[in-house]
Amino acid sequence: MRIGLAQIKPRLGRVDINLELHEEMIHRAREEQVDLLIFPELSVTGYNLMDLTYEMARDPFSPDIQQLIQAAGEMDLVFGFVEHSPEHILYNSAAYVTQQSLHYLYRKVYLPTYGMFDEARYFGRGQMIRSIPTRFGQVGIQICEDAWHPSTAYLLAQDGAQILIVPSNSPARQPHGESLGSQEAWHAILQAQAMAHGCYVLFANRVGTEDGVTFFGGSAVVDPFGKVEKSASLFEEELLIADLDLDKVRKARFQMPMLRDEDVDISLRELTRIKRKRSGEGTWL
Amino acid sequence: MKMVADMLEQAPFLRLNEELTTELLTTALREEVTKAGFSKVVLGLSGGIDSALSLYLSVRAFGPENVIAVRMPYKTSSPSSLEDAEAAIAATGVEALTIDITPQIDAYFDMMPDATPLRRGNKMARERMTILYDLSAHYNALVIGTSNRTELLLGYGTQFGDAASAVNPIGDLYKTQVRQLAVYLGVPEQIIAKPPSADLWEEQTDEGELGFTYLDVDCLLHYMVDQRYTLDQLRAQGFEDEFIAKVSKRIIQNQYKRTMPVILKVGNRTVGVDFRYLRDWGL
Repeated sequence: MRIGLAQIKPRLGRVDINLELHEEMIHRAREEQVDLLIFPELSVTGYNLMDLTYEMARDPFSPDIQQLIQAAGEMDLVFGFVEHSPEHILYNSAAYVTQQSLHYLYRKVYLPTYGMFDEARYFGRGQMIRSIPTRFGQVGIQICEDAWHPSTAYLLAQDGAQILIVPSNSPARQPHGESLGSQEAWHAILQAQAMAHGCYVLFANRVGTEDGVTFFGGSAVVDPFGKVEKSASLFEEELLIADLDLDKVRKARFQMPMLRDEDVDISLRELTRIKRKRSGEGTWL
Repeated sequence: MKMVADMLEQAPFLRLNEELTTELLTTALREEVTKAGFSKVVLGLSGGIDSALSLYLSVRAFGPENVIAVRMPYKTSSPSSLEDAEAAIAATGVEALTIDITPQIDAYFDMMPDATPLRRGNKMARERMTILYDLSAHYNALVIGTSNRTELLLGYGTQFGDAASAVNPIGDLYKTQVRQLAVYLGVPEQIIAKPPSADLWEEQTDEGELGFTYLDVDCLLHYMVDQRYTLDQLRAQGFEDEFIAKVSKRIIQNQYKRTMPVILKVGNRTVGVDFRYLRDWGL
């Protein structure tokens, strides 16, 4: 299975130009015989939309989004956009496209609203964390901040995911050490997820700058043993291509059978107790 | 350079990865300028380290042929400032022009003979700003900022004067980090070594006027702002109460310089309050 990570530079609020960027990448990926092409978070709109969020919102069946879905051809595609729900709630969503149709829509659950981030001011919170069947096996999607909550990858892995897809818009910060502090932190998380769950982790991060905030790129493929197999350049647009060997999932899980040994009942029981404790019910031990 | 190396030795937490920081800043600078529809930039060059660093970053981002450096001396400006600016111009090969602001400044203050040095200094800073913005239109070049993070936090600059620009590549760098990057990018040593000065009157130095050194205040700001140390924790780091109070007061007092003018709210979508868009809207 060959995947592509489309490390693009979306323009803020320019769906027209961004759709062209997507189509160019799809064209390049097709020439490279890519089976699954992954774009970053909010790839159709740009990131820090603020009040533009309302104007960028699209029904998944709108002409813009359908045009992109059709452009995928035989390729599977993941892209990000502002979803306008029938209830008029806006979501930071990622679409999984297969055979030129919308196969699954994932709505970002954990919306960072602190420091430089203000997502919950505009977006509604997704309510589902589920793995989905695809022609390559079970896949789980986490959008950017979702990956910083250990429960997200945990649930996806327990739900059968063998490949974790992480479309992101992560800004470059802290250039003090060997590499960017923000990139080091991301790699640590992605590698830990891959190792802990025996999954491939595919990180698609954007590049480009919005009002002085620069997204670092560095898109990466981490194998189920936690090794960074490939990573894209910093700050530059790139199509990173990698061949996944899904048999590595089997090998990793035979070697480290944490998934087999995981006791969901204990987690459930303790979470139920913790939830009761937090709401002031029951015993506090 | 030993002076800067020693400072970073004392404050290793301020040290940047020079290569990575340069790449980050030049990449972002290039994008913020070009997507606004410009390929050239213009900046004021005082002979000091901040504007020299902005110049060197601009040259890296756009090439010397797309950078215009403007020297704007007043009659009391130190001749060595002009020479230092000249050294940076010669080393980078950028287009440069010199505009003496004495006539317009004197014409104004002839009517205001009792004006304080502060008023005169502010007027000069704003005069220079209007020249840069005029040249911006003339050359179709964006104005690049030259205020560092230490100055911005302390409010040690003139509102709508030297603080004004379209894009500021060094505004998130402490003075000590400006020094480190200036050494890395090869800014002439004479510029890095001399005591920082606004050069608004003779013998003026920043550190003399502020009453503390940039290295000391950068360390304090690092713990106070970046690391969010409490007062007790700052004391435990060895910072004097008086110093902490002085710096805190400056930061708070000068917040107005870091914001857009206050707008009195009447409707539902007030500019800057609930009408929120980035500058890069649609670019």
